[in-house]
Amino acid sequence: MSDVTPPVEEVAVDEEAALPRELPTVGSIAGLLEAFPDATFTTRKYASSETVYHAISVPVSDWVVFAQAALEAGFDAFIDLAAVDHFGDAPRFEVTVNLLSMTEANRVVVSTRVPYDDPTVPTLTGVFVGANFYEREAYDLFGIDFPGHPDLTRILLPDEWEGHPLRKDYDIGAIPVEFKAGSADL
Amino acid sequence: MTDAPKTPNTTDGVDVVDEEPQDAESVADQRRRVHEIWVSGTEERMPFASTTDEGAQELLPRDEEPALDIQLGVTVEDDFVGPEMVIDDERQIINMGPQHPATHGVLRLQVELEGETVRRVKPIIGYLHTGMEKTAETLTYAQGSTNVTRMDYLSPFHNELAYSLTVEQLLGIDVPKRADAIRVLMTELNRVASHLLWAATMGMDLGMVSMMIYGWREREVCLDFFEKVTGLRMNHNYIRPGGVAADLPDGWEDDVVNLIEAVTIGIDEYAELMDENPIFLDRTMGVGVITPGECKQFGVTGPIARGSGIDWDLRKAMPYSGIDAYEFEVPTGLHGDVNDRYMVRMEEIRQSLHIAGQVLETMPPGDYRNPDPKVTPPPRQRIDESMEALIHHFKLFTSGIHVPEGTAYQSVEGPRGEIGCYLVSKGGTRPWRMHWRAPSFAAVQALPAMMTDSLIADLIAALASTDPVLGDIDR
Repeated sequence: MSDVTPPVEEVAVDEEAALPRELPTVGSIAGLLEAFPDATFTTRKYASSETVYHAISVPVSDWVVFAQAALEAGFDAFIDLAAVDHFGDAPRFEVTVNLLSMTEANRVVVSTRVPYDDPTVPTLTGVFVGANFYEREAYDLFGIDFPGHPDLTRILLPDEWEGHPLRKDYDIGAIPVEFKAGSADL
Repeated sequence: MTDAPKTPNTTDGVDVVDEEPQDAESVADQRRRVHEIWVSGTEERMPFASTTDEGAQELLPRDEEPALDIQLGVTVEDDFVGPEMVIDDERQIINMGPQHPATHGVLRLQVELEGETVRRVKPIIGYLHTGMEKTAETLTYAQGSTNVTRMDYLSPFHNELAYSLTVEQLLGIDVPKRADAIRVLMTELNRVASHLLWAATMGMDLGMVSMMIYGWREREVCLDFFEKVTGLRMNHNYIRPGGVAADLPDGWEDDVVNLIEAVTIGIDEYAELMDENPIFLDRTMGVGVITPGECKQFGVTGPIARGSGIDWDLRKAMPYSGIDAYEFEVPTGLHGDVNDRYMVRMEEIRQSLHIAGQVLETMPPGDYRNPDPKVTPPPRQRIDESMEALIHHFKLFTSGIHVPEGTAYQSVEGPRGEIGCYLVSKGGTRPWRMHWRAPSFAAVQALPAMMTDSLIADLIAALASTDPVLGDIDR
């Protein structure tokens, strides 16, 4: 545990979990990625450290399957789920899940993109129970629908709130300050 | 009331006056009768034994009087809840919070109770939501650490460090050795302060008010040092992208030595107070258990996961700021209960003090900020001498640090678990998106796993042991 993670990590994947597709060799965590030809990945290095982590992008159709494969490949700790609004880009919303392998000290950041007119990402709560609150937060702040979620309600904002505030086209609601220093009726 | 017509006349008043003595007599009669019954009953049951000196203190033989066994506690007869009295709608839903003092803020727990047993818990959050992730999109990278330091207000240095490291990852810069050492020193002392406050509030929730006073007392020593270094007791904005805001003040070595000594004496006192305390052990052992598998599923990290036996510490596994150069151990528990979390946190205080002592001995000399003028403002005297320095200063404080396009995630081991910062940059001086990985947020959604089918008093202990900070949860 105390050893610094080597940059190249071979992860054994369960043969049954791998989908029967053509198997290209993709990158360093090939074992996990072999089964997903549409997945792209990059390796990033932490600041002030020699440790690296892997950012993987998968199509939304592979979202749950990939999470299940990652779980079985040892990335069994659910850390984070976040949404991003790429306002102006074609698939507008991005959903990112952050998984950790505590036995191998390795991290993957898996993301997928969904369009504005159908912001639907299948829920991960069937794979990781901890996705519950995080998906509620993404629904609350970005309006992303997670079909299959057991309780997809607003979590941070009141139930009667209108709109999804972290979308880029949501006004930040600043109140203009009116300077009255020179007016007569002050 | 009956339908008898009211006749407010004088005869009615006379009647009342006539009846009053009769009523008074009847009440007196009743009292007398009760007294007679009482006395006669007593006489029948307990004839005063005038033959001995003990008199009425002598008790009847046990076989004569079953009621006496009940009175003595030999026979326990619960006359409130019998098996025939349990009905289907015994369950009731109670709202604990958001103003409950044991919820450490504005957390609301919807608790379904069956008697005193908790059957279901639903944490309801959002009462402290102030949209800090949205605010971060309107602040420059240089201003951002003022924002994140207010999220988890008990570990401000860790928040600043996670944010600064993420910005540095996007910028692709390193910080000098001295800045790393200062960052390690401040974050480890912050861990001490946070755990001390946790011990204090935990003690208060379990009824040990003296523990609360002690915990705050030692935390005050830490806050005094923070105030001397940063100028503020909380929300420091000290660790910034590119280094730290200022060098350590003169005489900081003595302050750290005194701090380590004071806190070490303090936690030895806590150990005497709590480690062998039977009440504390009864309240904490086997309470609020969470398994390692549940921790991983819910995303619970930090002392809770280590209390369950997961040997995971980001300082060891994914070291940052050169913390792997220092020698320390990662304590783990066995059972995953409240007592294990207490033991883990107390040991973490000792290990953090150990790290601080090593930083004290090996503090490298040199600059405490990255020399890149696009990131770090120039020293004040350079502005008077150099036109370039003046321009850099002006550009840095009007527009800010220019960060290239990219996405980054970096996390540090906070007092409550993994504090992570997820930054999306599209160029420019403001983040496109900042997401905060809050450790308490994950811990709060694991509360039902800890609390279901426990007693409501154990619910308080389990909640206190997770160390929730609502500013971190709601952001």
